[in-house]
Amino acid sequence: MTKFKHKHLLGIEPLSKEDILQILDTAKIFKGICKGTNKKFPALKGKLILNLFMENSTRTKSSFEIAEKRLGADTLNFSASASSLSKGESFYDTIKTLESMEPHIVVIRHSSPGSSKFLADNIDASVVNAGDGAHEHPTQALLDAYTVREAMGTLEGLNIVIAGDIKHSRVVRSNIWLLKKMGNKVTLSGPPTLIPFDVDKLGVNVDYDFDNAIKDADVVMMLRIQRERMVESFFPSLQEFNMLYGLTKKRMQSLKEGAIVMHPGPINRGVEINSEVADSSRSVILEQVSNGIYVRMAVLFLLAGGQINEISN
Amino acid sequence: MKYLIKNGNVIDPSIGLNKKLDILIEDGMITEISDSIEENKANKVFDVQGCVVAPGFVDLHAHLREPGGERAETIETGAMSAMNGGFTHICAMPNTSPCMDNAAIISLVLDKAKTAGYAEVLPVGAVSKKREGKELASIGEMVEKGIVAVSDDGLPVATSDLVKKALEYCIPFGIPLMEHAEDLTLTKKAVMNEGFYSTKLGLKGMPSIAEDIIVARDIIVNSYVKGWLHIQHLSTEYSLNLVREAKNRGERVTCEVTPHHLFLNDSYLESFDTNYIMKPPLRSEKDRLALIEGIKDGTIDAIATDHAPHPNEYKNCEIDIAAFGIIGFETAIPVILDLLHHKHGISIKRIVELMSINPAKIVKLEEGRIMEGKKADLTIFNPEKEVIINPSYFKSKARNTPFKGLKLKGSPVLTVLGERVVECKVGD
Repeated sequence: MTKFKHKHLLGIEPLSKEDILQILDTAKIFKGICKGTNKKFPALKGKLILNLFMENSTRTKSSFEIAEKRLGADTLNFSASASSLSKGESFYDTIKTLESMEPHIVVIRHSSPGSSKFLADNIDASVVNAGDGAHEHPTQALLDAYTVREAMGTLEGLNIVIAGDIKHSRVVRSNIWLLKKMGNKVTLSGPPTLIPFDVDKLGVNVDYDFDNAIKDADVVMMLRIQRERMVESFFPSLQEFNMLYGLTKKRMQSLKEGAIVMHPGPINRGVEINSEVADSSRSVILEQVSNGIYVRMAVLFLLAGGQINEISN
Repeated sequence: MKYLIKNGNVIDPSIGLNKKLDILIEDGMITEISDSIEENKANKVFDVQGCVVAPGFVDLHAHLREPGGERAETIETGAMSAMNGGFTHICAMPNTSPCMDNAAIISLVLDKAKTAGYAEVLPVGAVSKKREGKELASIGEMVEKGIVAVSDDGLPVATSDLVKKALEYCIPFGIPLMEHAEDLTLTKKAVMNEGFYSTKLGLKGMPSIAEDIIVARDIIVNSYVKGWLHIQHLSTEYSLNLVREAKNRGERVTCEVTPHHLFLNDSYLESFDTNYIMKPPLRSEKDRLALIEGIKDGTIDAIATDHAPHPNEYKNCEIDIAAFGIIGFETAIPVILDLLHHKHGISIKRIVELMSINPAKIVKLEEGRIMEGKKADLTIFNPEKEVIINPSYFKSKARNTPFKGLKLKGSPVLTVLGERVVECKVGD
C-alpha cells in the first residue's frame, strides 16, 4: 500500500475510488485491532490533534476523540462557546492563534460551507472536515460506506435511497459523491421543499413518492429532521412529515429482503424513523456509530503519513 | 498647461466621429482637433498610437463609502481610482452612513468630490428617508443640489405603493428611479445564486426570481404611471426579457449590467473565494450568455461597475458572513474589452456607447463631448494591450477583486477631465 495521496480530508468530492478503498481497508484493520485485547495502536504518539468544534456536536466529536486517543495522539478540544470566538475574534485570527500551537492535525466542525478549506488555506497542518455547513461531512460518508460494505458484502451496484431533509444535509452531499464514485444507484426522496435545485445533475434520481422510492432499495438512509426547520415552513407538521416520509413499520415491511436501514443520528423517533424500525434487525444505526471510530482512526492515521503495512506487520 | 493627444483613433458615436486625429487641450479645454497638430504647440505630448480616444466613460453605479465607510474608501480615493480605471464621471450611490437622503449630505459629497479633484461625482439620492422604504426623501431639494437619480440602493424600493409614488414624483425632475431588484423574502441569509452550484456547495441560494419579481413589479407600475425606471445591475435572462418587452412597448425603461455578471458565472463559487460574493449573485452560464445577447441586440443600455469596496477583514472570513460586492473601476475596461470586443466581436463603437454615450444620456451629460470649444473629457484606452491585473497599482483603498492576476486584452491608458490628467496603470 502506498501513502495516502492527500494532505487534508476536506470532502469526498476530491477523492478517487482508490483513496476511498484505502481508507475503508485501513479502517477494517483498525477494527480488527480494536476488537482484540489491546485496543490501542499509538501510531500518532507525540502528535497534537486539535478538535475545533465551532458548531454543536456530541457524537462526531466523541468519535474523533476516541479515535485520537486510541492512536495515542495528544488532543485538545477547542469549542466555540469556550473560545474567544464569542468575544468577536475573527475566524482568521482564531486560525492563526491555533497555528501557533503547532498542531499536526486539526479536526473542524463549522456551520459555514467552505470553512474547512479556509482553515486549510491558512494553517500549516492537515485538516479534517468534520462537517462544514451543508457542504460535506466526509467521515460520515466513509463510515456509512464502511457499514454498507460490511452489512451487504459489497459497495457497488446497490440501490440506495436517502430520504428526508436533503436540502440542508452535508451528510447527503458527501454520500452522493462517495456512492456514485463506487458505482451505486442513488435515489433521493423527501418533500420538494427540502430537495435542492438541480440536485439530479449530481447524478442521482429524485422520487417524491417515498413508498415508490424504497421498493427496490438495498439500503435506506434516513436523515435527521431538524425541528427548527418547521419554523421555516418547509413542511406543515412533524406528524405530516412522518406520514409522507417517515420510515414506519409498514414501510419497513415493504422493503426487499436483506435491505438495511441507516441513520447518521441523532434520531427523532416518530418523525423520520419509527421505533419499530430503529430497533429492528434491519437497523445498522449503532454499527454506524462504532464503525465511525475505526474510519476516523484510519483517516487520522493516513493523513499523518501512516501506511497500512505498518499495522498489518 | 497645454497637452497634445497625438495619433489616437478618435471615436465619438454621438457625433459620428471615427477617425485618426490629434487633439490639443489648453487649460482643460479642447482648442483644436485636426489630422495633425505640431508637437511644439503643447507642453506635453501623449503619443497614443494604436489607442482609442473616446468621450469620458461614465459609471452609473459606484459606492464611494463616504460618509461613514472611510475605512473601505473615501470620495477622494474612489474618484482617483475611477480615473485610474478610465472613468471621468461616476454616480455615487446613497447607502452611506448617514445615508444620502437630504440636501445637506448631497452638498457634503459634492464638496468633497470637488476638493478631491479627480473624476466628477454625480450623486444619487435615496428614494426614501434613511432608505427605510416608508416616506419619500426630499428628492426635490436633492435635485436642486445636483442628484442625477434616486435609488434605495442595496435595497429594493420597499412597496408597490412607494415605487408608484417615487416614479410619479420624479417625472417633473426628469430623473430615473434606479432599482436594486431583489425580493428580500426570497434572499434571506442567502449567499449565491440558487442553482446546481448552490446545491453542490451547500450554500443558501438566491433564486433568480427574487430579481425578476421586482423587475416585473416595477415595469408594471412604471407603464401605469409613465415614469422612468432604470434597472440596476440586471443579471437574469428573465429580467432582461422583461426589459426588452417593455422597451418594445415604448415604455421608458433603461438598464445596466456589470462587467462581472458578463464575465463570470456561479461556477466560480466552487473556490469558496469571497470575492465571488455579490448582489445580485453571479448567475448561471445561461443567464450570462443571455446578457451578452442583450448587449448585442441593444436591450442593455449601459455597463456599470457597482464598485463596492470593503476592508480586507470583511472578505477574509467565512463565505456566509462575507460582505457582498467587489471593486470595479480599475478592472472594467480590461474585462469588457477582453470579453466583449475580443471574445464576442462587439465593436469598439458599441462599447463606447455602453460605457460613455448611453450612461451620459441617462445622467444628462452633454452629448458630443469631443469637439473644439468643449471641456476635455476623454477616456483613452488601448484595445490590444495585454495586462495582468495587479491590484497593488490600484488607487482604490480596497483590494476585493476576483480579477487579480488575470491576463486580459485591453487596458486604460489616459483619462482626461478638464485640467486633470491621469496616466492609468492597473497591471503589468
